[in-house]
Amino acid sequence: MSALHTPSAHDAHDAHGHDHDDHDDGASHSTFKGYAIGFVLSVILTAIPFWLVMAKVFDKPAVTSMVVLAFAAVQIVVHMIYFLHMNTKSEGGWNMLALIFTIMVVVITLSGSLWVMYHLNHNMMPMSPHEMKNMP
Amino acid sequence: MFEHLDLTKLIFGRLTWEAIPLHDPILLVTFAMVVIGGVGIVGALTYFKLWGYLWREWFTSIDHKKIGIMYVILGLVMLLRGFADALMMRAQQAIAFGDNAGFLPPHHYDQIFTAHGVIMIFFVAMPLVTGLMNFVVPLQIGARDVAFPFLNNFSFWMTASGAVLVMMSLFVGEFARTGWLAYPPLSGILYSPDVGVDYYIWSLQIAGVGTLLSGVNLIATIVKMRAPGMGLMKMPIFTWTALCTNVLIVAAFPVLTAVLGLLSLDRYVGTNFFTNDFGGNAMMYVNLIWIWGHPEVYILVLPVFGVFSEIVSTFSRKRLFGYASMVYATVVITILSYLVWLHHFFTMGSGASVNSFFGITTMIISIPTGAKIFNWLFTMYRGRIKFEVPMLWTIGFMVTFVIGGMTGVLLAVPPADFVLHNSLFLIAHFHNVIIGGVLFGLMAGITYWFPKAFGYKLDPFWGKCSFWFWLVGFYLAFMPLYVLGMMGVTRRMSHFTDPSLQIWFQIAAFGAVLIALGIGSFIIQLVVSFMRRESLRDHTGDPWDGRTLEWSTSSPPPAYNFAFTPRVHDNDAWSDMKKRGYARPLEGFMPIHMPKNTWAGIVLAGLSTAIGFTLIWQMWALAAVSFVVLVVVTIVHTFNYKRDYHIGVEEVIRTESDRTRLLASHAL
Amino acid sequence: MSLSTPHVAVNAPDNLRFYETEEHHPENGTLLGFWLYLMSDCLIFACLFAVYAVLGRSYAAGPSGADLFDLPLVAINTSMLLLSSITYGFAMLAMQKKRVPQVLIWLGITGLFGLAFIGLELYEFHHLIHQGAGPQRSAFLSAFFALVGTHGLHVTFGIIWLVVLMFQVARGGLIAANRRRLMCLSMFWHFLDVVWIGVFTFVYLMGSL
Repeated sequence: MSALHTPSAHDAHDAHGHDHDDHDDGASHSTFKGYAIGFVLSVILTAIPFWLVMAKVFDKPAVTSMVVLAFAAVQIVVHMIYFLHMNTKSEGGWNMLALIFTIMVVVITLSGSLWVMYHLNHNMMPMSPHEMKNMP
Repeated sequence: MFEHLDLTKLIFGRLTWEAIPLHDPILLVTFAMVVIGGVGIVGALTYFKLWGYLWREWFTSIDHKKIGIMYVILGLVMLLRGFADALMMRAQQAIAFGDNAGFLPPHHYDQIFTAHGVIMIFFVAMPLVTGLMNFVVPLQIGARDVAFPFLNNFSFWMTASGAVLVMMSLFVGEFARTGWLAYPPLSGILYSPDVGVDYYIWSLQIAGVGTLLSGVNLIATIVKMRAPGMGLMKMPIFTWTALCTNVLIVAAFPVLTAVLGLLSLDRYVGTNFFTNDFGGNAMMYVNLIWIWGHPEVYILVLPVFGVFSEIVSTFSRKRLFGYASMVYATVVITILSYLVWLHHFFTMGSGASVNSFFGITTMIISIPTGAKIFNWLFTMYRGRIKFEVPMLWTIGFMVTFVIGGMTGVLLAVPPADFVLHNSLFLIAHFHNVIIGGVLFGLMAGITYWFPKAFGYKLDPFWGKCSFWFWLVGFYLAFMPLYVLGMMGVTRRMSHFTDPSLQIWFQIAAFGAVLIALGIGSFIIQLVVSFMRRESLRDHTGDPWDGRTLEWSTSSPPPAYNFAFTPRVHDNDAWSDMKKRGYARPLEGFMPIHMPKNTWAGIVLAGLSTAIGFTLIWQMWALAAVSFVVLVVVTIVHTFNYKRDYHIGVEEVIRTESDRTRLLASHAL
Repeated sequence: MSLSTPHVAVNAPDNLRFYETEEHHPENGTLLGFWLYLMSDCLIFACLFAVYAVLGRSYAAGPSGADLFDLPLVAINTSMLLLSSITYGFAMLAMQKKRVPQVLIWLGITGLFGLAFIGLELYEFHHLIHQGAGPQRSAFLSAFFALVGTHGLHVTFGIIWLVVLMFQVARGGLIAANRRRLMCLSMFWHFLDVVWIGVFTFVYLMGSL
């Protein structure tokens, strides 16, 4: 058996630039429809929060905050699905796993920091929240 | 505007001749030694005409094996610097009682303990661990290199760049005097207006980029480049720990980058993140930096858990006991490491509810580690154990690390920690786990894989000397610190008034001397092994009767690692192959696709060093220019699409035939 | 256990073959690697959000968000970025159809929207600093400038990358390497829009309450 691989077949292979990427590893193709739906949803999910705040629709700021945050969460999901083509199949599920792990760390960092700092400020800072806002 | 333009200030910022510490004899002597040593090395390289060789074969190499070796060399060189700092501290603390002020004024002592911590964590432990993972993982998974070979080279040089900046602080300016984590407000511009903290920030930021990219690289490598048949639960256990370590790196280092970035904004721009006034909150720095800091210590220790798993099973000649539980334990540790960070600042005042939560999580995280110890013991039980040097380090680790772990669980109890926080008890605990765990593991791993990297084993006699000096030295150096900590002695002190403490410090100093002998033995071991390399030669590529794929290659492996990509059927793939009568293929070779070397890594890192240095010294014009050049060079590099080549089939045939001959002549 | 006996037949059944006889190309890791880098970038932003969350009400007797934020301007900015996301999407559609001129046009438009975003943001920052509400005024403003500024820096680098990539596509066409790069920039660009959702919600809208 010949120990030499024919060079020409290999060079032709190279000329395609290793076009294995033409067949997806599970990533979905973009479609015009997908982008259009994503765009329209995003516009709606952006306009409503802006309106809620600028027109002072709710009395209590706390309620406005909750609603506005909820809209943001939904819009992020919309972007993930329609623009970033997030699904459980791309890269054999590793993309989704990486995202979930990152979200977990983000949630821990944000909520952990808020919880810890609230207690630290309460116990260790010499002033009330009102004073903290206004202390030069 | 231009009337006020001072050309010297514009170019040199706050760098003046006073930055060179001519008044300090210790530094002058060090500088003299560095100059002599440096001239010697440069002279030798020039005389033997080795610059071209160094540039082609090492500096621009994208071969994961060479990059791994360079990381290890960097780590070992920095170990000498970090240990010199340790010796100075031990010496100072052993003599500075009452009227005797010692030989290190606080101004200098504070830089030493800061530099010691920064160097040991960032420029010794991290490079050594990264180097080991870089060298071993592609071989273990049957791959030819990592997923992003160019990025690998760049990552190494960025780490080296950080080390260069730290070393420069010895001779130009000074280093931070804040401790290795540089808490504000002390590290803010008001209380540390000099360059020290800036050296700290930029060396860590630059090295941090390298580390982060290395993390991305190794995850992609392990996910994408495993040999056919090697499912996740058939990976070698070291590869599993490498995967989890790199996940921790990618998910923790950004926090360090952000926090140091905010500190640098406070110092350079006058923002108020961590200041005492204008609404700043220094406690937020402590909170964030430990969100990074706790995963960091797991980044250091998980790889060595992997090393020990490989060594225990190889030298007990038994499959690792409880492979699946080892994997789960590693993953659980990875996740839990994000839930314990507050135990580093129980005393900062977050109160009982917060402290209790984190105390409990800290105790929980010790459980998977305990499970690992049992698995190692069960692997050894009824094994046919060979007490080669790697196994000695392993036994030393098992005893020492368990003690350190237990003191950690003790510290996890908040009321106990209120007494022991920032005492020498804490110092003893973390050195116990870092030396007993990380360092012993690195020595074991280096000894274990050295023959694979260089083609000959390390001399066992000097290896045993090194081990015993380290082991006894460690206990003598740190057990007294537990006692002192219990008695209430605080860390980072350079002078004491209570003479009853002195004996403990003297014992500790003696321990440090023994460790120095351990390091000395290791250096002698390297020299002696090189001189005796023919008698220590590894001819088969499998000097320990190993179990994983790296032992199927020659020692050292060819550039392409495997002439044919392996196909895996079971755990301990190489053991499996040997058991089932695997025969090395002797024909059918093909040209092999390989990445080319690159100049861009070292150049970009060099530019980063320049940016760091000019920012430290506020040489704004030069900093801006360096930054622009960096961006331009990066863009130019991206226009280079021709980054690979093929190793011709004749070369593959030649290499493999050489190996066939070698194996045949030693099979008898 | 001999390592040097003559070779085993290459046609051995699969469960006895210990090596691949054909050239083995591992899957390309660029897209996964870039996604992992984006996850790390996400964490940098998470830290900046955490700092903003903790320090965002420390006005130091200075101006608050309600005093400073120009919501109509922010709404325009948001639409610039959202439009740039959709135009990049159109560039990707053109890439799938292998139409180089269309790709370049849509990339160019995306870049223009991006520049508009950065321009408006610079105007906003300049205005704030001019009013005495610069990053040094209070911890709240430090956190604001750090978070919004870091996002802006990322967009700026994205624009530079986009211009470079336009040159590379014009020169080399839609070869595999360039398609990978376009996909990476796509992920980067959309990711920055995701972060902006967080910014306009958490910083501007909630900060105005």
